[in-house]
Amino acid sequence: MNPIGLNTYVAVSAALFALGFLGVLLRKNTLVVYMCLELMLIASTLALAAFSHFNGTLDGNVFVFFILTIAAAEVAVGLAIIVALFRKRHTVQLEELNQLKH
Amino acid sequence: MDLLFYTFAFLTLACAALVVVSKDAVNAAMFLIVSLVGVAGLFVLLDAALLAFVLLLVYAGAVVTLFLFIVMLLDTTPGSIKPFKLATIVAALVGGAILALGCVSLYQRAVLPAPAVAATAPTLKAYAQQLFTTYLLPVQVVGFLLLIAMLGVIVLSKKFEVKEEAS
Repeated sequence: MNPIGLNTYVAVSAALFALGFLGVLLRKNTLVVYMCLELMLIASTLALAAFSHFNGTLDGNVFVFFILTIAAAEVAVGLAIIVALFRKRHTVQLEELNQLKH
Repeated sequence: MDLLFYTFAFLTLACAALVVVSKDAVNAAMFLIVSLVGVAGLFVLLDAALLAFVLLLVYAGAVVTLFLFIVMLLDTTPGSIKPFKLATIVAALVGGAILALGCVSLYQRAVLPAPAVAATAPTLKAYAQQLFTTYLLPVQVVGFLLLIAMLGVIVLSKKFEVKEEAS
């Protein structure tokens, strides 16, 4: 009835994950890198929901709940760390945060 | 149904790409919201309307707002992107080619099995049943994790006075 199958959903999820990964590799602003990390998490939840739907179980959907909870906690802690970093170094650009390199 | 799927998938991926390329962090956050709306639509198509609701509530409501708040607080200027070195470009091309080869090979050989079960839309009661029986321990652990995260954020954001001078 519905020709959109599991393959298509997983392909969309993989593309979203790849875009997020590209952003993490490419961007220099810590905040935007963090947003791209969130995109990757969202991609994984999409794949979980698709697998759960096409297998007729609920476990994947429950896992999405846990992932959302942990993502919210992670964002709160991460942004607090970024603010603390900005207070100390007055920048959030990744190429200027290279103290461990030298 | 097909048209809705393609619309939401296009919305999600296009706005995700705009998150990656947009120079301003505020624009990136806004595109992130639109991308999340697309993912929520895909969740609705997957018969998980509750998840779509929770996603919009938690992400668009709380997480992106937090992002915008921090962007406003930090007041960062958009940085300049340096041009790539030749070695980086060559490495990226080789890596991308290997990845594309893997994707093509996967697409030609692997086929995920077709749905065997006629999926029914999960009800709120079914979620509650799962969360409070099978997944009771993880729910408790996640609640504790949220508490620890809250304490951690408070400790991280607080400015501590130097105590040594007093003693």
